[in-house]
Order: sequence, then structure tokens, then C-alpha cells
Amino acid sequence: MDSLDNPKHPLSNADWYEEQVENTIAQLLRGGVLLAAVVVIAGAVLYLGSSPLAHVSYRTFQGEPEHLKSVHGIVRSAFAGQARSIMQLGLLLLIATPIARVIFSVFAFAIESDRMYVIFTLIVLGVLLYSLFGSFLVA
Amino acid sequence: MNVLAFTFLLWIGSLFAGFLGALTGLGGGVVLVPLLTIFFHVDLRYAIGASLVSVIATSSGSAAAYLKEGFSNIRIGMFLEIATTLGALLGAYLTAKVPASVIAIIFGIVLLYSAYVSRRTRPREEIAQAPDPIATKLKMNSSFPDTTGLRTYNVYRVPAGFGIMFGAGALSGLLGIGSGALKVVAMDQAMKIPFKVSTTTSNFMIGVTAAASAGVYLSRGYIDPALAMPVMLGVLIGSLMGTRVLVKTRTKSLRLVFSVVIVLLGVEMLIKGIGGKF
Repeated sequence: MDSLDNPKHPLSNADWYEEQVENTIAQLLRGGVLLAAVVVIAGAVLYLGSSPLAHVSYRTFQGEPEHLKSVHGIVRSAFAGQARSIMQLGLLLLIATPIARVIFSVFAFAIESDRMYVIFTLIVLGVLLYSLFGSFLVA
Repeated sequence: MNVLAFTFLLWIGSLFAGFLGALTGLGGGVVLVPLLTIFFHVDLRYAIGASLVSVIATSSGSAAAYLKEGFSNIRIGMFLEIATTLGALLGAYLTAKVPASVIAIIFGIVLLYSAYVSRRTRPREEIAQAPDPIATKLKMNSSFPDTTGLRTYNVYRVPAGFGIMFGAGALSGLLGIGSGALKVVAMDQAMKIPFKVSTTTSNFMIGVTAAASAGVYLSRGYIDPALAMPVMLGVLIGSLMGTRVLVKTRTKSLRLVFSVVIVLLGVEMLIKGIGGKF
């Protein structure tokens, strides 16, 4: 922030804090995506290795089997070593990454005593959790 | 086509989509669904699912790079995410209710509009008026590093921006795209936020918006791991490459190239949608 303009200029506490928050969010996002990618690649190696020459077509929609449609089912079948489930677990970690970022932001704004933005962030978190768990309850 | 060839071709195609999407700030998702449906003959619902997952990867992957550059505005992003996530939830529910051909037609219109927005050059008049009092109250006015040093900016018309963001979220949930074009319109045109801040904050918001509809998609079986895998990995690597170039290149000629691609895909989606080919 200010330090880009003049490296010797001392940062105010607020600026220093915001820069720390931004760095932590950046690391959180990068870490989440990296972890997700590693899990997806692990599943992909198993998947491509098992039947590389099989015919594949996505022309007609059949929907995914039950164990690939819920958090519980994905985790259980992935740990059972199923290639498609391991890839799906990686995708689930990817979906969880922005949610983790929002949870982190709740605490970051709380430490800053920014009550208004704590409330905004909690609203966003509520919508995200409703989507992930509310729709599973319905399904 | 066999698994190996299909996966590899899909990965290459997604790599290009991610690269162009990150460069223009329009997101890779906008070309992914037409790419999957038109060239790989994938069912629209599977395509939307794979696209949405990739959108999260692009956003999170490149937001990490942008945040370090100091372009993104976290407060603007978080406030507007209230609108985009609620919209996304609505859009995801609508996907099951709306016929595929109608979704394709809406998709075509969105593609053409994205191209139009990216081509339109807005004279950057210096605004003398005071910033929106709401923006001041929400602590949105900020600064970002420019070539000449730190540039400060004010934020205008917050309610209009919030409204457009709800629409952007709904389209994101309905079509499985990041809605980067509309998000940039809300911030750049309505709220008068500098272009670089708009595009990077938009990228930052897209992941959270997409996560709001991803849960609904997953429980409906729209997300196929074997299809989403090459798409997500391709888009992720492509967007990371695109992000590195953004700071250095002038975006003008690239946006022209990308707009032409988008127009062609938009027309194709419209024709197929109207012809009931979905």
C-alpha cells in the first residue's frame, strides 16, 4: 500500500493490518486451490490409468450417482479409493476454498472492530452454507 | 472418442479459455459452456456444472495474485457479494425450471452483450461531484498502485451497482459462468471504480458467487468429476498464465480478439438455442 510509494514511509497500524489480511487471504486462496488441484490430479491419474481407451460421451444428461452428490457420500467413497470420487473430493475442496475465505474475513473484520462488515460477511457466509447444506437436505 | 484423447483435448481448450478469460477480466466461464456444448457435444447441464467449478478455480487462483498487487478492494467486494450470492442462489434454482433451449438463448445474448461491453470505450471524464455518501459510510473509497504511484478513487452510485450485481449473480447461477462482464459493468460503469480495480475485484468476487450456486449444482448431479477435471485444471493453469501478463500488456488489442471469439460463440448458441438443438 503506502510502502509501494515510499518504502521508508512508516505504515499506519490500519494499513499494516489490512496488508496482513490481504496477504493471509491470498495464501488461503492459493493453498486451497493448490490442495484441490493436487487431489484432483491424484484422482485423475487413477482414472486415466484404469481405462484410458474406454469410449466416453456426455451427450445425454444422466445425473451423477448418489455417492457423488453429497459431501458425506463423496468423502466416504473417496477414502474407499474410487478414482471418480477422489476427483470429486478435490472439486469439493475447491468449492470450500471461497467459503473458508469468507469465514476468515469474518474474523479479520471482527479484529478490526468493523461491526458493519462483520455483519455483511456473516450474511454472505449464511447464503453459502445454505446453498451447500440446505440443498443437500432438500435432495 | 476415448477417455485419454477427450480429456487431453478438453484440457488444451480449457487452457486457452482460462488464459483469455483472465487477461480480459471476463472470466474463462463465458467461453467454456459454448466450447463444451458446441465442440465437445456435452449436455448443457454437465457443461454448466464443469464451467462453474472452473470459475471458482480461476477466481481463487488469480485473486491470490491480484491481492498482492493491491488492486482489489475487499470491502467493495464483500458488500457486493451479498447481492451476487443471493442472485446466484436464485439462478441455480432456476436452472432446473428453465428449458435448456431457453438457457442457450439467454447464454447467447449474454455472450453478445459481453462482447459489446468489452468493445465500448467510455470517455474517462473526471468526475467533479462528491462521492456517494453511502460509499463513504461503507468505507469503499480507496487507492491503488498506478504507474505514477498511488492513485486514489471514489465510489459512486452504490444502489445501482448493488442491483446490477444481483442480476450478475442470478446469471452466474443460471449459466454456470462468473458473470465477469456484468460485474465489471456494475463497478466500472455504474460505480465509476477504476478499470483495473473493477476487473480484479470482480475476479475476487466470482469465486464466492460461484460457490453459492455450486452446492445446488452438486446435489442435482450437474458436476461430473471426469468432465470437470480437465476443464478445471486447464482453466486454472491458463488463468494463472493470463494473470501474469495482465499487469504488463495493454488490454486493448486482446479485448478485440476475445470479443470476436465471444460474438461467434454467442451467435452459435443463439442459433442452436432457437433451433431447439439443446
